[in-house]
Amino acid sequence: MAAYVNVTIDGVQAQVPSTHTILDAARDNNINIPTLCHLKLHNEESVNKVASCRICVVEVEGRRNLAPACCTKVSRDMVVHTHSARVMRARRVIMQLFLSNHPKDCLNCYASGNCELQTLADQMHTDSNRFEGQSSDFAIETSSEAITRDLNKCIRCRRCETACNEMQTVGVLSGVGRGFDMVVGPAFLHPLEKTQCVFCGQCVKVCPTGALMGKSYIDQVWEDINDPEKVVVVQTAPAVRAALGELFGLEPGTSVTGKMVSGLRRLGFDHVFDTNFTADLTILEEATEFIHRVQHGGRLPMLTSCCPAWVKFFEHQFQDMLDVPSTCKSPQEMFGAIAKTYWAEKAGVDPSKVVVVSIMPCLSKKYEASRSELSASGFQDVDWVLSTRELGRMLKEAGVDLLKLPEGQFDHPLGLSSGAADIFGVTGGVCEAALRMAAEVVTGQTLGDVDFEAVRGYEGLREASMKVGELDLKVAVACGLGNARKLLESIRAGECEYHLIEIMACPGGCIGGGGQPFVDSRTEKDVLHKRIEALYAEDAGKKMRKSQDNPYIKQLYAEFLGEPYGQKSHELLHTSYTEREKL
Amino acid sequence: MTRFATREDFTAYTEALAKAGSGKERTRILVGMSTCGIASGAEAAYEAIGAAVAEAGLDNVEVVKTGCVGLCHAEPTVEVERPGKPLATVGKVDAERGRQLVADLAAGRELDGCLCTGGEVYGNQVRIALRNCGRINPENLDDYLGNGGYQALARALFEQKPEDVIAVVKESGLRGRGGGGFPTGLKWEFARKSQADTKYIVCNADEGDPGAFMDRSILEGDPHVILESMALAGYAIGAANGFIYVRAEYPLAVKRLTLAIDQAKAKGLFGQNILGSGFSFDVSIKYGAGAFVCGEETSLIHSIEGKRGEPTVKPPFPAESGLWGKPTNVNNVETLANIVPILQKGGAWFRAIGTESSPGTKVFALAGDVKNVGLVEVPMGTTVREIVYGIGGGTPSGKPVKAVQTGGPSGGCIPAEKFETPVDYDTLTALGSIMGSGGMIVMDQDTSMVEIARFYLQFTCDESCGKCTPCRVGNKRLLEILDRLLQGEAKADDLTTLKELSLVIKDTSLCGLGQTAPNPVLSTLQWYHGEYEQCLRPKKTVKDYRIVEEKCVGCTACARICPVKCIDGVVKKPHVIDQDKCVHCGACFSTCKFDAIVCE
Repeated sequence: MAAYVNVTIDGVQAQVPSTHTILDAARDNNINIPTLCHLKLHNEESVNKVASCRICVVEVEGRRNLAPACCTKVSRDMVVHTHSARVMRARRVIMQLFLSNHPKDCLNCYASGNCELQTLADQMHTDSNRFEGQSSDFAIETSSEAITRDLNKCIRCRRCETACNEMQTVGVLSGVGRGFDMVVGPAFLHPLEKTQCVFCGQCVKVCPTGALMGKSYIDQVWEDINDPEKVVVVQTAPAVRAALGELFGLEPGTSVTGKMVSGLRRLGFDHVFDTNFTADLTILEEATEFIHRVQHGGRLPMLTSCCPAWVKFFEHQFQDMLDVPSTCKSPQEMFGAIAKTYWAEKAGVDPSKVVVVSIMPCLSKKYEASRSELSASGFQDVDWVLSTRELGRMLKEAGVDLLKLPEGQFDHPLGLSSGAADIFGVTGGVCEAALRMAAEVVTGQTLGDVDFEAVRGYEGLREASMKVGELDLKVAVACGLGNARKLLESIRAGECEYHLIEIMACPGGCIGGGGQPFVDSRTEKDVLHKRIEALYAEDAGKKMRKSQDNPYIKQLYAEFLGEPYGQKSHELLHTSYTEREKL
Repeated sequence: MTRFATREDFTAYTEALAKAGSGKERTRILVGMSTCGIASGAEAAYEAIGAAVAEAGLDNVEVVKTGCVGLCHAEPTVEVERPGKPLATVGKVDAERGRQLVADLAAGRELDGCLCTGGEVYGNQVRIALRNCGRINPENLDDYLGNGGYQALARALFEQKPEDVIAVVKESGLRGRGGGGFPTGLKWEFARKSQADTKYIVCNADEGDPGAFMDRSILEGDPHVILESMALAGYAIGAANGFIYVRAEYPLAVKRLTLAIDQAKAKGLFGQNILGSGFSFDVSIKYGAGAFVCGEETSLIHSIEGKRGEPTVKPPFPAESGLWGKPTNVNNVETLANIVPILQKGGAWFRAIGTESSPGTKVFALAGDVKNVGLVEVPMGTTVREIVYGIGGGTPSGKPVKAVQTGGPSGGCIPAEKFETPVDYDTLTALGSIMGSGGMIVMDQDTSMVEIARFYLQFTCDESCGKCTPCRVGNKRLLEILDRLLQGEAKADDLTTLKELSLVIKDTSLCGLGQTAPNPVLSTLQWYHGEYEQCLRPKKTVKDYRIVEEKCVGCTACARICPVKCIDGVVKKPHVIDQDKCVHCGACFSTCKFDAIVCE
């Protein structure tokens, strides 16, 4: 077959690869065909090509019916019309059909402004009330701590299903029911809470409308901030600073750490701390645990456990391997545990009055905060979790213009961190941070070059080997749960010899989390790259690059915890895992 | 019975079978025992006949359980084959009539209640797909072998190359009988040409059109023909495995298929190394759980794979990438039932039957307002009139036929003025209907065509998988417009909307279900536009008074009180109200002492 074919689209003649769809060929030639269900995910492997919405239909000469451009391959001398009278009539009717079963309450909708249906309806400017009739009447599903589903807004594009099943291999979502009542959800429309959903939020990220949303805790946070009895401390995850600016019109990859700190103070948080501090703490615990496992013949490989979606994933899917991941709590939870013990005592505050709010790039962190065992201080480690998007919304509703704020500084001691902590937000970052410490502990020498380039990258599955002292260390890094599954299965089959594996549920790591600002899928890859670069730049810009060099961490051990991986650490900073059912 | 290790073993066996049967002057009493017959009481009749034959000591009479001959209106049916006499068909045979029938036979009398002799009741039918239905015992392999069964397969395996088999099917011009009408030979050729280590044959037995039972009848009446044809298809395209996707609502079909598979395997006619040829072919039965859309081949394939039964875009066609991504050939039951006769008698023989563009015959399930409800098989090109009046016998009420509906929920209505049209794939499409799988519903003049359109659309709405927008939402909106029309609540522009929406649904839906769903609306709009317009007129809000003939004693009280003198009648005879003159005052209603006047 010829590698290229000639096609004519709207009179424009072009040579395009024969593997192209009409949509690809049109886009290459700057001809815009509207789409709703089509989605090429960042990894370019998972493509939602169900051709269900039919908004992209075009007229192909010689063909009986209209063709969906998204999944009709080009052929030799194909002649395509993307806006003939027949196409326009069909497209308009389909949009009218969509709108006939969609709540037209954009003013109340959290997706307003980010809604692809709204944008397209606006472009087409069609009579949204032409078809009257029954509309879907689903109760809004709020069972989980992390994700809210309003199926009345679902346009059955099935993108969420592709993200959940193909990319993440979680397998919770699929078409349920028939005909007009067909909708996308868990089997038997069980509440999400009762399924093996890990709340990674990738479904929320790809939803073109407001059908899938992160559950909002903005109101609760405002209430606590304004409660004079409560001491509200806030922590911010590393990935937030690399993306928050996008919500205020800044170019992707612009770090807004200082402005974010000022913004949080403006909102009224009593103390603005950094999850990065406990990222450093995590490294001390995790690297020590790792060295302990290596030196004492413990279970290898050791898998990181910072990502709550990943933790829930293996609890459901790999129940026989619960001893493989590190027992370290995530930095968010370590923060809560330290804030409500060490810091509260140090600051002279009643821990029952301390409210810990987290700003996270993640929706699963909302779920993690609710896990009852994460409460060793006697209080739930973390009280409220807001996503990056929610923080943007809070700032906007409070009239705080992030761009005009001065560069603020985190409060201490829980606000100081090393560069190693910054890169926690990037795939490979936790692994690199751990290596920066493990190498020094194993060799007993100060590490000269702290950049472990071998574990950096963007691909979903990477591996590297390196010599650390006497040890030939093999590490692997996975982002995306589909990739994690591959690694886990090879471990289960005894095929892999890694010592340390880092896993993050989201593409690119936390910077691609389900709570981050929405990105057009066509530019997502670029945006994720820029966010990654921003965090590496933060790291490189710091003098202190290794967690073990953080003086406040040293002080924390000296004054409170004793030794890394010691008794007190076990009580406060480590956890255990639970076998969970697979639906 | 031992397994045939070679073709010679098989030939020797069939020759011996023929020899044993020849020269014997036997009378056969054939009792139709498909689901339909059994439901009407055939089992009791069968037992009674068997007992009576034994009691009368009729040694030369054989009582045979067969499939259905298609005479639904006369079930349970029994046919009698006697040496030197024409076939006798007897209808409505219960135990009592069964015994009577045996008594008549024993006494050499005319058979009481005989519908016809010489198969007159079948009219001008030509039976190819149904040729064994009602003629053989579907549970007896020897019966099938006696009619030339497995000969085509044996010959293909030992004398023909796969390409030769495909050439014969191509020459026959056979087109898919499931509704699509795609040339079967071409389909096989595509699957043959697809390179892969594994390929599959799928028999689509997910018959779902309301009122259609062609495939069930074949599966219950002649299961071996499906197995033999599937093996032939497997040999032709290079597949060693197949699936029969049959709806779970057909338990008897499944039972007889399972039995047939076991029988054929035990004899080496199916399964491993068939007749020692080195070719192996086996099938598994998969149950359909009652989703109409699973008759669509990509949905069917997903359902077999254990996934949600919903369609995906074609291409890739199953011939290229089907079950588990492997080349897969999907054929409907009736299509397969034609394969064995075609290979037995040749492509040219088949092509000579029917029309140029649609060779062969078609089985129709004739139902509705028609006397002889049943299953009929006619050569393509037979006129609608011949089917409806010639075979069907017109309406039971004697009222004129208004239209027939073909193609089920994907089809349309053919008005009486088009009844001279010879039926084939292309003429039906030209009339705005489709051949479909073979449902043919006759409607008399009292039928509301808007209600008919609504009935089919309700079915499609219930059975749509909901994947694509036009089918999921569009058909729902069509249905709502039809509801409004029927309730007298339609808006002035509803007819325009109905047509435009129908055309867009056809033009943009993902699979065949959606692409054809508006056909019942469009075809009735085309031929019966007046009925739709009627729905737009304001409905009368007053009720009519009417005199019930049986109750009226002719007292004349009503006629006397009527202010407009619109009640007519003779003393002591039932009176009548002239509706055109009636002003609905209700005086007659209040006056009548015999409750003979109703208001409705």
